[in-house]
Amino acid sequence: MLKVENLHASVDDKEIIKGISLYIKPGEVHAIMGPNGSGKSTLSNVLAGRDGYETPEGEVLFNAKDLLEMAPEVRAQEGLFLAFQYPVEIPGVSNIYLLKAALNAARQARGLDALDAMDFLTYVKSKTKMLKMDEKFLYRSVNEGFSGGEKKRNEILQMAVLEPKLCILDEVDSGLDIDALKIVSEGINSLRSPERSFVLITHYQRLLDYIKPDFIHVLADGKIVKSGGPELALELEKEGYGWIEEAAKA
Amino acid sequence: MNQDLKITDFYQSEYEKQRGNLAGSELGWLKVQREQAIKNFSENGFPSPREEEWRYTNVRPIERKQFTSVADITSTVDEALLRGHRLESADSLVFIDGQFSAERSDLPQLPEGAVVKNMADALASHSELLEAKLGRALHDESHGFLDFNSAFFSDGLFIYLPKNSALSKPLQLLFVSTKQDVAQLSTIRNLLVIEEGASVELIETWVGEAGHCYLNAAVTEVLAGENSSIKMTKLQAESNKSYHFGGTYVKQAKHSIFNHQSFSFGGALVRNDLHTGLRTAADVTLDGLFLVGGRQHVDNHTRISHTQPHATSREQYKGILSDKARGVFQGRVIVQEGAQKTNSEMNNHNLLLSDNAEIDAKPQLEIYADDVKCAHGVTVGQLDDESIFFLQSRGIDSERAKNMLTFAFANEQVEKIELADLKLLVQEQLLKQFPQEGIEKEWL
Ligand SMILES: Nc1ncnc2c1ncn2[C@@H]1O[C@H](COP(=O)(O)OP(=O)(O)OP(=O)(O)O)[C@@H](O)[C@H]1O
Ligand SMILES: [Mg+2]
Repeated sequence: MLKVENLHASVDDKEIIKGISLYIKPGEVHAIMGPNGSGKSTLSNVLAGRDGYETPEGEVLFNAKDLLEMAPEVRAQEGLFLAFQYPVEIPGVSNIYLLKAALNAARQARGLDALDAMDFLTYVKSKTKMLKMDEKFLYRSVNEGFSGGEKKRNEILQMAVLEPKLCILDEVDSGLDIDALKIVSEGINSLRSPERSFVLITHYQRLLDYIKPDFIHVLADGKIVKSGGPELALELEKEGYGWIEEAAKA
Repeated sequence: MNQDLKITDFYQSEYEKQRGNLAGSELGWLKVQREQAIKNFSENGFPSPREEEWRYTNVRPIERKQFTSVADITSTVDEALLRGHRLESADSLVFIDGQFSAERSDLPQLPEGAVVKNMADALASHSELLEAKLGRALHDESHGFLDFNSAFFSDGLFIYLPKNSALSKPLQLLFVSTKQDVAQLSTIRNLLVIEEGASVELIETWVGEAGHCYLNAAVTEVLAGENSSIKMTKLQAESNKSYHFGGTYVKQAKHSIFNHQSFSFGGALVRNDLHTGLRTAADVTLDGLFLVGGRQHVDNHTRISHTQPHATSREQYKGILSDKARGVFQGRVIVQEGAQKTNSEMNNHNLLLSDNAEIDAKPQLEIYADDVKCAHGVTVGQLDDESIFFLQSRGIDSERAKNMLTFAFANEQVEKIELADLKLLVQEQLLKQFPQEGIEKEWL
């Protein structure tokens, strides 16, 4: 599904991603952990196509297509989804309108007709129900005045509606209370399927208790310094990143 | 037309030609006022950019045109245009090229003692009342368009609402400019006298046939009595070749509430004046949106004078400029010495969608009292890159994303309209200004 090969990325000549390789097969869940500032969000931004990054070296293939060549909207239409660490507020654009425009753009790209209004509403409401979200959120401006946790849940709603192939969730657990974390995790789990893959960026074991990853990668200073199975997270929780960073330097 | 003729001489001779036919020409007191006005105009002409309040707007193109009002218009009115702008929910007065059209109007049922009439008729039936009130809201105003209007006004609206009365429906004024062979001049004077505790909702709609060149020079006076409540909306969606001066001057007595929403979409050169003076604990809210492209020029000049304590003012104007359009926002807030406990907030946000568009945004706070709360903010910017990227990351292409964001920016002002069919009308006008990619009306 996703093949990242020796990816380097820099901003204003400052190298932030320093040679990352990552292979994700359909249905897999990969967790990426790592200290603040290690490049986790930068990696997801580069994959999603945000402006302002140079990628002088490396290659990213998404379902065998050159991802870095695609415009951000094309990546989304091809099935890539990024849940933002800091979701933006868009005053004046209602949530429901965003969802409709986004869903229809994806359908159009696949040569499908736009959903009619009734079918669309039924579909979206089934998703709000799954995430135990009040339908009132649909009619509010995107994220405007939402609490931190509500914004995160709103990102997951967008994901649930778009049903992407690869979901990159950047600290989707930060700012969620215990109940919300459970609901969001259940929402994510219900979207798990043999065809859909996930990248979970997180600092905490808590999330991984709910969503069992197949692999865990530790990112430090722009490089993956350690990869392993679920047990790696427990070690990290106990020991912190110190030993890994030491090991990476050695 | 003689190009060498000075514009003031041209209008002086126009005045002499027309004076016998002007509204209320038989009234001595009005004649005195008109004569004084044309004398002032002959001396000073139209405002010049040398005047501080006209610094960013040069009205030379208006001077060059030599607008005239055709006395007997046998014009064909684009009835579809008229119908398209008429509000179901409101009674109406329709003016065609500055003249009242009784057969197209729907006058309201009146509470006892109230008057709602076109100005020309009201001058005949209520001369004394008009003598006492006309010009009262203009005492501390002066510029060429006011004299011009006072000298030439042909018609308009006169409302008198006695104490604690109200109209049962909103009232819409529809000003329609038709195609004429000459550069048509329409000079409207409206006067609202709203007594203590009375309330009214008024909608001004200015429309004109596309491609047609004309000048509207309108003045609206509002005398808001104690505890009165007035709501006004001005929708200006005229021909791209037209010129518009529209000044609204308000005097607010104690505890009165004045609420104004302005939407400017049309015209080659547009200047909106909106001035209000607040007595004790009066309340004013001004909201505006201007959206212009091509080589359009729109100037919004607002002035809020707090003259007594405890009054509140809130103002928000938004501008969107594309192509080579030019916008001006001048927002003056004056807090006089005695106006303690004033609470005033003003902001103006502008989107420049092209490198060649230009905005002069000038907030002016003049505060002479010490115990006041005043805030203001002005921004000029482009669309937010983060937001564009966010929408792209959801599969929406950048062109659509930009349209959505621009529309959302503007629509925030439209959303403030309470009257449902008015909101729809304004939204339609707004949508006309947009490429449609990314915007679906039924989902807004
Ligand atoms: N546009 C930019 N300009 C300059 N430096 C940047 C830019 N974007 C990111 N960086 C830097 O790159 C490094 C990695 O940032 P990034 O946001 O990817 O970290 P992160 O791993 O997501 O951290 P956190 O866990 O705190 O979210 C940081 O040192 C950051 O300051
Ligand atoms: Mg981050």
